[in-house]
Amino acid sequence: MAHAVEPAPHAEEEYTTTGLNHRKLLMWVFLGSDCMFFGTLIATYMVYRGQSLNGPYPIDIINVPVTTISTFVLLCSSFAMVQALAATNRDDQKAIRIWLLATAFLGAIFIGFQIVEFNAFKNEGLTLGVNLFGASFFTLTGFHGAHVTLGVIWLLGMAVLAFKGRVGPATALDVEILGLYWHFVDIVWIIIFTLLYLIGGFDTGPLPPSGG
Amino acid sequence: MATLTGVLARPSGYTGVWSWITTVDHKRIGILYGFTAFAMLLIAGLEAGVMRSQLATADSELIGPGVFNQMFTMHATAMVFNVIMPLSASFFNLIVPLAIGARDVAFPRLNALSYWLFLFGTLLLHAGFLQNQAPDAGWFSYASLTEKPYSANAGLDFWALGLLVLGTSSVAAALNFTVTIINMRAPGMGLMRMPLFIWMTLITSILLILAFPVITVGLIELTMDRNFGTHFFMPQGGGDPLLWQHLFWVFGHPEVYILILPPMGVVSEVLPAFSRKPLFGYPFMVFSGIVIGIMSWAVWSHHMFTTGLGPVANSVFTITTMLIAVPTGVKIFNWIGTMWGGAIEFKTSMLFAVGFIALFIIGGLSGVSHAVAPADSQQQDTYYIVAHIHYVLFGGSLFGIFAGIYYWGPKFTGKMFGEGLGKLHFWLMFIGMNVTFFPMHFVGMNGMPRRVYTYSAESGFQLLNSLSSLGYIILFFAFVVFIINFLRSSKNGAEAGNDPWDAPGLEWSISSPPPAYNFAKIPQVLGRDHFWIVKELAREAGQGPVQAEAHVDERTIHMPSPSYWPIIIAFGVTWIAGGILTHYALSFIGGLIAFVGVVGWGNEPASAQSDH
Repeated sequence: MAHAVEPAPHAEEEYTTTGLNHRKLLMWVFLGSDCMFFGTLIATYMVYRGQSLNGPYPIDIINVPVTTISTFVLLCSSFAMVQALAATNRDDQKAIRIWLLATAFLGAIFIGFQIVEFNAFKNEGLTLGVNLFGASFFTLTGFHGAHVTLGVIWLLGMAVLAFKGRVGPATALDVEILGLYWHFVDIVWIIIFTLLYLIGGFDTGPLPPSGG
Repeated sequence: MATLTGVLARPSGYTGVWSWITTVDHKRIGILYGFTAFAMLLIAGLEAGVMRSQLATADSELIGPGVFNQMFTMHATAMVFNVIMPLSASFFNLIVPLAIGARDVAFPRLNALSYWLFLFGTLLLHAGFLQNQAPDAGWFSYASLTEKPYSANAGLDFWALGLLVLGTSSVAAALNFTVTIINMRAPGMGLMRMPLFIWMTLITSILLILAFPVITVGLIELTMDRNFGTHFFMPQGGGDPLLWQHLFWVFGHPEVYILILPPMGVVSEVLPAFSRKPLFGYPFMVFSGIVIGIMSWAVWSHHMFTTGLGPVANSVFTITTMLIAVPTGVKIFNWIGTMWGGAIEFKTSMLFAVGFIALFIIGGLSGVSHAVAPADSQQQDTYYIVAHIHYVLFGGSLFGIFAGIYYWGPKFTGKMFGEGLGKLHFWLMFIGMNVTFFPMHFVGMNGMPRRVYTYSAESGFQLLNSLSSLGYIILFFAFVVFIINFLRSSKNGAEAGNDPWDAPGLEWSISSPPPAYNFAKIPQVLGRDHFWIVKELAREAGQGPVQAEAHVDERTIHMPSPSYWPIIIAFGVTWIAGGILTHYALSFIGGLIAFVGVVGWGNEPASAQSDH
């Protein structure tokens, strides 16, 4: 388990054509792929917007103020992530631990809100099978929640390493890559929140067919 | 954390079964890909044989409609996802690091994970056969036929989940090769000095990375429709079956370029080597490949001309589809330009490359003919389409792949293929392919629908169908000849030496088979046809023939160590999918196994030397 303690020899000495680290490039390319994944899920939602044959419709279900709070929490976690990386770069061990845990904690609160929200929606009669709104809403937000959960597990793993004193300038790249993922997941939520809550959250019944 | 890695002691050694299971060497992974995909080629080929026996005579009841549906579905699915894609992946693995002057891919363990996911995904996809519930809704599995009320047995679940696992494998591999090509080129190899095969690999990888998430979402939605009560593609719940077609073809059209671009790259390597002159119009070849890659996203609805998208959409997609023929035509003219005035040597590999051009032109022309929406509405779902797809994928992709096998095979076996048997293989395959598929143009135009298990004697389709079935027998013997040739030559073939073709690529400057570390010293690349330049400089300097780089002690070169974790993670991931078919508890256990695998992987240094 030497690779996290000292500057990982295989990562640091490596010659790369672009000068960019392999793993960082990998994360960027993967995020490109994930864009298409969420893009397709969002497209499904937008295509089926207003196409549900029966209720409950978004206006009956969506609670914009509550989700605004959880959205705010998630955006704050991005701030904490930035602080965690900054602390890693200046090797402030205490700050690294605090900010990594803070990021994970804020992410977990977001997930908590989502669990409460899903339960409330279920009690109000919105299930996967009840209509297209339920199916496309739960699938999209569910996969986003899965991404956040994965990020929280990753953050906690990094926090464990931080408490063992294994996170510092030498491993800043690991934190940076985690940060890339975390910010991406946040940005996706901004789009989802805008489309599903701020714009689509007030949809009543089936929409009339559009002119196109 | 040492405990976790300690449970499974670091595998070591380079022999025996375990060395293959734990290998992270790109050459070995390439060989694993190649053999697995070739085995699948034989299985999917035999499925075609079952169909051709059924169709050999009119009103035949040999296998009946149910089995016939399973055969055409699994034949096509396997040929696309388990044969041509992994055969290309085999070439990516074998050739890319050698041709860019690298010691391995950027992420050797991820590379091993891709292979094991591919193997297990293939097994999951085919597991339906064990319960006589093989997928039977065609390779594009149109909704709503694929929904539970119309396909009650588990076949379509095997299909969707198997493809999800295979998709994960493909994306992982594509990420790996994108990073490898962008980031691991030897000094001096600028982008415009990369061999064309490397360019095509890069474009293919980017297409894979962007196209697979689309089908992933489609497959997830289909699985949810079938298992969790949603109505994404079911009109009963307001869903639109056409959404499936859009998702499938937004993926599916880039996918057909994923199938053809790598063989185009192979042919672009083979033609210059055997014409004794550099590739004609290299920048045009690169940019036409890029244009094909971009435009492949703008043509998907030509698969849907008969679904009533309206005249505007049909016209737009007619035009874009015709436009994409332009960069393809550029490539064909450049290949011909490469041969023009060259000192052509018709080795087996060259025959396959020239055969590729000829057959791909025929397939391309029939492709342009169904770019025209009104014509396509006549051709839709007839054997004319079957003829087209086999000219581009069999006559195109597979001929390109065989050109590559005969060209690069000696690099990895160290032995030359028998030229006599090779040429016999080529001619049997060329003739058999045309006898099988050319008549399909006519029966298709006369109205014989594809995917129907039989036809009546009065239809007049009997003669040409029997001819197609006869062609299948010729193809069968072509493959027998290839296997005999491969077995014989890999045992008793003449020594290949490092550079049997006097070829231009970097990979020919090292011994055959290459040592584990590929290059003892990372080369400084001098130009586009590096090894030709090296050899020419040596000639001008009056030196003797250029020798292969001398071997050095393997222990002096820092290489990634073998690992158990890739196969463990792949096993876990496959059970996450398999659990949905059987019991959700198994999904959970699969998830746990994968999680343990990921933790173990994360705690394992990439090479054992830095461990202690």
